[in-house]
Amino acid sequence: MLSANLSAIFYLISGILFILALRGLSSPETSRRGNFFGISGMIIAITVTFLSIGNFSTGIVVVLIFLLIGGLIGAFIAYKIPMTAMPELVAGFHSLVGLAAVFVAISAFLNPAAFNLGVPGNIYLGSLIEMSIGAAVGAITFSGSIIAFLKLQGIMSGSPIIFKGQHPLNALILISIIIITYMLCSTQSGHLFWILLAVSFLIGFLLIIPIGGADMPVVISMLNSYSGWAAAGIGFTLENTALIITGALVGSSGAILSYIMCKGMNRSFFNVILGGFGATEQSKGNQNKEQRPVKSGNADDAAFLMKNASSVIIVPGYGMAVAQAQHALREMVDTLKKNDIKVSYAIHPVAGRMPGHMNVLLAEANVPYDEVFELEEINNDFANADVAFVIGANDVTNPVAKTDPQSPIYGMPVLDVEKCKSVLFVKRSLSPGYAGIDNDLFYKENTLMLFADAKKMTEDITKNL
Amino acid sequence: MEIDPFIFRLSIFILSIFIGYYVVWSVTPSLHTPLMSVTNAISSVIIVGAIIAGLAGNSDSIFNTSSVFGFLAISLAAINIFGGFLVTQRMLAMYKKKKKDK
Repeated sequence: MLSANLSAIFYLISGILFILALRGLSSPETSRRGNFFGISGMIIAITVTFLSIGNFSTGIVVVLIFLLIGGLIGAFIAYKIPMTAMPELVAGFHSLVGLAAVFVAISAFLNPAAFNLGVPGNIYLGSLIEMSIGAAVGAITFSGSIIAFLKLQGIMSGSPIIFKGQHPLNALILISIIIITYMLCSTQSGHLFWILLAVSFLIGFLLIIPIGGADMPVVISMLNSYSGWAAAGIGFTLENTALIITGALVGSSGAILSYIMCKGMNRSFFNVILGGFGATEQSKGNQNKEQRPVKSGNADDAAFLMKNASSVIIVPGYGMAVAQAQHALREMVDTLKKNDIKVSYAIHPVAGRMPGHMNVLLAEANVPYDEVFELEEINNDFANADVAFVIGANDVTNPVAKTDPQSPIYGMPVLDVEKCKSVLFVKRSLSPGYAGIDNDLFYKENTLMLFADAKKMTEDITKNL
Repeated sequence: MEIDPFIFRLSIFILSIFIGYYVVWSVTPSLHTPLMSVTNAISSVIIVGAIIAGLAGNSDSIFNTSSVFGFLAISLAAINIFGGFLVTQRMLAMYKKKKKDK
């Protein structure tokens, strides 16, 4: 049996390994080693836990069986999941962390003696507060992530669900959570603990339903952050350094990602969380402008334009993920490169449904990461490029964000696609994007609309090159 | 006067938030998706709590309510640990540099 001090030191080591795991992600070369650090940290933490309990009774067999079942399911999912489903997967994983935190909190509440937290009905006040916070945040993470998962998976409509009195109701529930926690701590009542959990599940659900599909990058990052805070809450309860360090790391990581995503849309965090962006603006965009002339072309025209270009910038968006066009796109680019045309990729921070979504898909299609650029790195290059190939993106290219202070997306950083000599816009129809506004780019003199499925169009262009 | 051990844990917590802040800002934006999946995996270190809960039952009754919740939490966390690290590994293996022949 490991002494408490020794195991604390091992937990600290695994916490440090987790920090190194995140640090490794600063560049793709070091990232694989980082992941290895993360795995080692986890192995140390689990081994130390077994050794410190030192109770190798029949119970341990059951523990190992459950560990194995979970591990097999996890490994199976990890190998089977297509890269395009990554946002759903991450949302699903968040929900599991949340639920695990809830279960551990329940277990600690029912049997506090096992965790040295006192006896049932008389749990130390500090532990009870930490436990309640962990449980409540865990429950919010769980139900919120389930909604995000359903929306991303398409089981639930991606459009915001809004009803009257939504915000006052949510505020009321949040206040009641604080009151219930307070009462729970003063009475130690088991009933209140279950009520606290139920109400937290409910608020997680209510918080996410008004948020629309394209705001999911913020939601996923936010839930990522919550799962960290839940883990930290439980870490305080269990007095476990590894959990506290990890919780803080994950919590701040998710918070930073949400901040980056909000900045990418020039919206405040509260604006996104309060929801309803897409729905309120929809009517406004459809009013006029219907009759403006549009130049449309076919794969042949597009191939001709690209063949005569010396540099092409590709702007992928969520539509590319939906059409699974990343492989077809890379084949097209390979053909272009054979003709000595310089090709680069421009990624907007909120392209896709989660942070870095487009980068993963391009990496999957074997696009070297040094050809892929972020908005700030590449935005000045559009003026010197011959062709911009917009595939599945819309709002992030809309010049209105720079010119029209009335527009709901005014001030959002956009890719200066219109500065290219010509723009090829692959899209199924002229319908507005998520923000519900018309894209001025469609009607520009130098824009050629390619109305087709992204994958099919890309394949056709390749044939014509 | 003695300092409550809680304060020490709080110090670790707050310092870790700062570490997290600086470390995450240094993550390259193209790796933000693997960042999410790996943070997912490491936050499942909550499994240590689940193991303690699962093993808390005495030898006559392995399955009391408290330990059953522990067992379930072990499975959930294990899905995340294996799934999270493996899918991260799979993603990171795809990030390649331009071939040198050009």
